[in-house]
Amino acid sequence: MSTTTTRGVARPASAKASPARPRRGLRGSSTFNFWLFTSPFLIGLTVFVYVPIGWSLWLSFFEARFTVTPSKFVGFDNYWQMLQDSKFTGSLVTFTVFAVFIVPATWALSLGLALLVNRLRFMKAFFRSVFFLPTACSYVAAALIWKMSMFSGVRFGLMNTILGWFGVENIAWLANPDPPWYWLVIVTLRLWLQAGFYMILFLAALQNIPPELYEAAAIDGAKPGWQTFRYITLPQLRATSTAVILLLVIAAYQAFDEFFNLLAKTTWGRPPLVELYYTALGESQDYGEGSAGAVILTLLILIVTLAQGKFLGFGRSDDK
Amino acid sequence: MTATVPPVTPVDKPRRIKRGSVIGNTGLYVSIGVAALLFLVPFYLIARNALSTDPEITGENWKFFPTNPQWSNFTELFHDTTVDFGRSLFNSAVVAVLITVGTLLVCSLAGYGLARIPYRHANKIFYLVLGTLMVPPAVTFVPSFVLVSSLGWVDSYRGLVIPVLFSGFACFLFRQYFLGFPKELEEAARVDGLGYWGAYWRIVVPNSLNFFAAIATITFISGWNAFLWPLVIGQDPSAWTVQIALSSYMTNQTVNYHLIFMATAISILPLVFVFLFLQRWLVQGVAQTGIKG
Repeated sequence: MSTTTTRGVARPASAKASPARPRRGLRGSSTFNFWLFTSPFLIGLTVFVYVPIGWSLWLSFFEARFTVTPSKFVGFDNYWQMLQDSKFTGSLVTFTVFAVFIVPATWALSLGLALLVNRLRFMKAFFRSVFFLPTACSYVAAALIWKMSMFSGVRFGLMNTILGWFGVENIAWLANPDPPWYWLVIVTLRLWLQAGFYMILFLAALQNIPPELYEAAAIDGAKPGWQTFRYITLPQLRATSTAVILLLVIAAYQAFDEFFNLLAKTTWGRPPLVELYYTALGESQDYGEGSAGAVILTLLILIVTLAQGKFLGFGRSDDK
Repeated sequence: MTATVPPVTPVDKPRRIKRGSVIGNTGLYVSIGVAALLFLVPFYLIARNALSTDPEITGENWKFFPTNPQWSNFTELFHDTTVDFGRSLFNSAVVAVLITVGTLLVCSLAGYGLARIPYRHANKIFYLVLGTLMVPPAVTFVPSFVLVSSLGWVDSYRGLVIPVLFSGFACFLFRQYFLGFPKELEEAARVDGLGYWGAYWRIVVPNSLNFFAAIATITFISGWNAFLWPLVIGQDPSAWTVQIALSSYMTNQTVNYHLIFMATAISILPLVFVFLFLQRWLVQGVAQTGIKG
């Protein structure tokens, strides 16, 4: 019964030079070829990723308003400014609230859909497509539908129309932070857009669970349903779950499109990136503080990612 | 004593499975059907609104379907002068195609070099590539904008395309893929006298089209749907992509619902086709990679 299937095992990366070609001159030629293949990418990566990161760090220590040529060295002043700015710190709170809702919700919904789809005998491809299809939509298009048709604050919006059938008055979903109905709009939008994507990841993982495990569990008397889910499916999905949660948290940190489009003219519900956008490219064009904010945000993401890795055991997927 | 135990399970087991399969299956299909309907509501709303007149959309009584589908909304959209929607569609198509081709070329070459060509410092360079994955691309938009604007690339295809090409993630995925590519094929080619370059183009690429197609689809989708970077770079309406044009509709004073939803429908249609026809590669690619657009 203890047949361990070794599928998906990575080939050992053969870093060691193979003894079959010890000829002289080949080393030089392979070095040349290495650079031939990699330099277009590496040059681009340096110019468009490393230089901006370095420039950002540099700018964050200078006063740079309306100009990208820093005028005055101000040390950590930009950082203190940003950390004391209630709008920026408030945006971190907004993000946290958002993540608290969206990460578990997407995890549960995508896993639930994957479990359902995985059990289907016919029309499996059809249902998989239906749930995956929203991934084709952009956040902008979805924001448009949500704002102007589904959660429109007037009666012709779908939600208010349905609520109207039950005698509920119109709700101003986005125009009013109190009660904060805008969270419902934002969370459902992202849930719709991304659940199908993570469902595919879970489906792939579910299909990789060796069926022998379920047979063994049945012999041991485990009831199909909750027990096998709790003791076999969930532990087997551990690596995927961890990766999914990690991706979800990072994606939540980068939330921009739907917040920007749904809450364009409001002052509430701004996640960090929207706040940074207004700081750097808005009226004041403060690149110094914008850069400092970007550095703070990057550090925060790094800390959260590493902490999460430690906590959830990222990379410890080899305990089969 | 223990002999009485075995008969119980066989009798109990088939009955449970049979009952479970009838009720369970109905329940399964009902619940998944309801979920599927909910997921389709936004698509229904786009189609309904795109083919309605404004009074029909904003009327007091909900109309499930337009009485008289307004196909003329399509032509009206392209004659509308407030936003040059045709231009933005063209921009998006050019940008998404260029990004896709460029990413495939640049990142696959680098991935192959890192995976297959022996070089002393290859691992260190690989870590430099991996390091960029730690910094979310969206966070670097401030310095990237600063750089691109000082190059004078604002409002240009160069600015929209080139900075996006150097995806550490795509490079990483190609490297992982090439590590798993059967080495024997290349070695045979090498014995036949092909260099790395020849082996790559004649042997490796033709045998990896599935993987290239998967990455291409995903890159195309994210290029088409990108919002933040085109928003930052496209200051002038002539450089707007579809997403920026759509976004501008939302902040416009005059709201023509039927045109806005026709535009939304048109912006989504190409990707829906990509989804329906390239489904297999797409699902495969996502399952292999786990990228978000």
